[in-house]
Amino acid sequence: MEGLNIPLNHILLVSSLLFSIGMLGLMIRRNIIFILMSLEVMLNAAALAFVAAGAHWGQPDGQIIFMLILSIAAAEVAVGLGLVLQVQRRFKTLDMDSANRMRG
Amino acid sequence: MLEITLFYIAATIALAATVLAMTRANAIHALIYLIVSLLAVAVIFFLIGAPFAAALEIVIYAGAIMVLFVFVIMMLNLGEEGDARERGLLQPSIWAGPALLSFLLFAELLYMISTVEGPVSMQAVSAKEVGLALFGPYVLAVEIASMLLLAGLVGSYHLGRRYLEREE
Amino acid sequence: MAEMVWLVPLIPLLSSVMLMLCSANLPRLLIGLLGVGSVGAAALLTLSIGMDFLADPEPFQLTLWTWMQVSNFSPGIAFYFDGLTLVMMSVITGVGFLIHLFSTEFMEEDASYARYFAYLNMFVAAMLILVMADNLLLLYLGWEGVGVCSYLLVGFWYQNSANGQAARKAFVVTRIGDTAMALGLLLLFTELGTLDIQSMMAVANQQWQVGDTVPLIACLLLLGGAVGKSAQLPLHTWLPDAMAGPTPVSALIHAATMVTAGVYLIARTHDLFLLAPISMMVVALVGLATSLMAAFTALMQSDIKRILAYSTISQIGYMFLALGVGAWAAGIFHLMTHAFFKALLFLGSGAIIHYLHHEHDIFKMGGLRTKMPVTFWSFMIGSAALAALPMTSGFFSKDQILLQAYMMPGAGPWLWLGGLLGALLTAIYSFRLVFVVFFGEAKTEPDGDTGWRMAVPLVMLCGLAMIGGYFIIPVADVFPAVSGEHPAHWVEYVSISVPLIGLLLAYLIFHSRQINMDTLVNSSVGQLLRRFWFGGWGIDWLYDRVFVRPYYLLSGLMKNEPIDAIYGLIVAVNQTFNHWLAEAQTGQMRWYILSMVFGLIVLLTLALQIPLEAL
Repeated sequence: MEGLNIPLNHILLVSSLLFSIGMLGLMIRRNIIFILMSLEVMLNAAALAFVAAGAHWGQPDGQIIFMLILSIAAAEVAVGLGLVLQVQRRFKTLDMDSANRMRG
Repeated sequence: MLEITLFYIAATIALAATVLAMTRANAIHALIYLIVSLLAVAVIFFLIGAPFAAALEIVIYAGAIMVLFVFVIMMLNLGEEGDARERGLLQPSIWAGPALLSFLLFAELLYMISTVEGPVSMQAVSAKEVGLALFGPYVLAVEIASMLLLAGLVGSYHLGRRYLEREE
Repeated sequence: MAEMVWLVPLIPLLSSVMLMLCSANLPRLLIGLLGVGSVGAAALLTLSIGMDFLADPEPFQLTLWTWMQVSNFSPGIAFYFDGLTLVMMSVITGVGFLIHLFSTEFMEEDASYARYFAYLNMFVAAMLILVMADNLLLLYLGWEGVGVCSYLLVGFWYQNSANGQAARKAFVVTRIGDTAMALGLLLLFTELGTLDIQSMMAVANQQWQVGDTVPLIACLLLLGGAVGKSAQLPLHTWLPDAMAGPTPVSALIHAATMVTAGVYLIARTHDLFLLAPISMMVVALVGLATSLMAAFTALMQSDIKRILAYSTISQIGYMFLALGVGAWAAGIFHLMTHAFFKALLFLGSGAIIHYLHHEHDIFKMGGLRTKMPVTFWSFMIGSAALAALPMTSGFFSKDQILLQAYMMPGAGPWLWLGGLLGALLTAIYSFRLVFVVFFGEAKTEPDGDTGWRMAVPLVMLCGLAMIGGYFIIPVADVFPAVSGEHPAHWVEYVSISVPLIGLLLAYLIFHSRQINMDTLVNSSVGQLLRRFWFGGWGIDWLYDRVFVRPYYLLSGLMKNEPIDAIYGLIVAVNQTFNHWLAEAQTGQMRWYILSMVFGLIVLLTLALQIPLEAL
């Protein structure tokens, strides 16, 4: 795979667009499953930026950080989905607006 | 130039699939779009010379993690009424403010990216280099990741136990 | 024998301590024996010491040990014994013994029999310390000790909250006087460098001239203490309420002994008062005013004990008058005779109250003459002595006071005239009491007449009230001799006849009813005066408005802690901020996410201000 002439800032542009879309989803959705999905999108966007930067400098560090992000995402989804199950059991809904017992 | 064309196609697919995933009312539909988006990103990884990352993206992200989502959604058995409520939520009055915030953030990121210059060429980084770095200078990060996964394992086991619902 | 004088207060004190510690385990007979016996032993001891002293009248001083030693201030537990001490000790132990004996019958059915005698014995011990003290600090110890006992005994039946109220009133009002007295002691010590009474008087006579300001201030402060303890104007209001205690207590503490402590104090420090003639005049005027005020009030009362209480205030006013005109010996003589006949009257009223089911209203009694002969004759003799009918003890003492008041240069005749008016009123109200209670038709049936434990003290006090006037008290060496020429004979005749006129008036008004007072009493002025005098000249009402209510108002204000409000403000501000911040915790996850994103944008915007080259 030689002759890679993709401009770095284009990749970063894609990454930041993905991040913004993920964040928008995080803010507008109430369903906890969608919230978790939005988080995945944002993590993925960050991972893309890391890998692109690593490729830009020809260093492996970017991919290593990508793998760290991967493990974080895996752990987060495992715990997060466990919480989804509990929320469903306790509130009989996945709407996070109804889970507001932390109100001060 | 093939790679560049492929990159733009993959990038377009990724963005479109993500937007669709974020706006679907049905969770399974959204999930499938999300998988498409992840696969497109994997293509981008491959194109910029990170084949190992691309493989991991497909195997772990699009494979393992998304399958977990599918399992949970299947378990919850979300009905049609949930979909209807989700559709009702997608009103402009609800997303206008968040959209503005997101746009502001994007604009700022764009401004920062626009200042980035440098060579346009990318250099491939092979799996071997990654492996050497991973178990060389980054061995501590591997340990941290393993502990994190262990914590995730314990946490999800605890949260998933059924007796918690009897505490009500 | 004289070295044994320290035993006199010690015996009642020990008995009191024993009664307090083992009251639960003692049979009633033993309690009575202990309570009465200890005072009886003290009386016998006083008698024998007194005999020795009369044979060889030499004052002596006995220092037991040094109480405390602070720099050049070293008061001792020391007793001083002279004629005045002997008179006081005899009254306290003698009358005290009779009253203790009387109490055994009066308090027979009371559940707190041992507590009663413990307090009473403690009172006798404290009173003895008061009169025997060689220095003013020890005197102050006894002074406060009798105050405490008075408080405890007025509130003896504490289950009734009104009694507790009366006890507190007695305590607080006398405390005002005691504070003045403590200030007086401090002033005397800083000026004279000692509190030993004898050396203090000597130093004072050297250091000060007659008419100096410092002795005047000191005397007025001491007078404040005396006025409080002896229930004189303006601090007399506690004594009528103090009648809430058991009647023998009223007889011992609030008639015979404790209330005369003020008279004793002034007599004991008479050298100081001689250095300040103005304070002497104040003493005389306070005494006369109190005497007249209380006599008018006594005329209107219907509660038998309140009549006697006001009569006590009035008689102590006479003693103050005597002290004020320099008739020291006459004042002390009246103190003694008054102790006899007033104790007699109080014990008589105690017998009536005891056998009439705690009836206090004289208009619900009547015709008791035949049913309670012992009590009747005690009352007759007591009232005769109180009214100063010729040949009774009161006659001799009051006659001396009036004569010596007349002899005082300047205001003398006026004081004499006031005293005469008081004597007239005294005769009227005391025989009003006798006629209303013992004559007329019977309204209540008594349970019988007194038993021997009541009768013996009554009879003995009757004897003392009759012949007490012939005693010669050994105080000639203590006080300076009275100078001045003897007044004309008509003065003496007037003094003798006034009580008889009073008796006649009382007879005509209250017994034979030949003078009808109804129209006068029922006129509007009469009603007004009646109410005014009945309420003790409105002094209680006045104090309530001037002191008690503003004090309650102030404490009501302070209860809300206005100073704390400043700190409360800080709390309120913090709580408001807390409230606002708590509002941010909506519990809505989207709200948190929005906040985080907003914060992220702000931070990023700030970061963009830094040029990239600088990173």
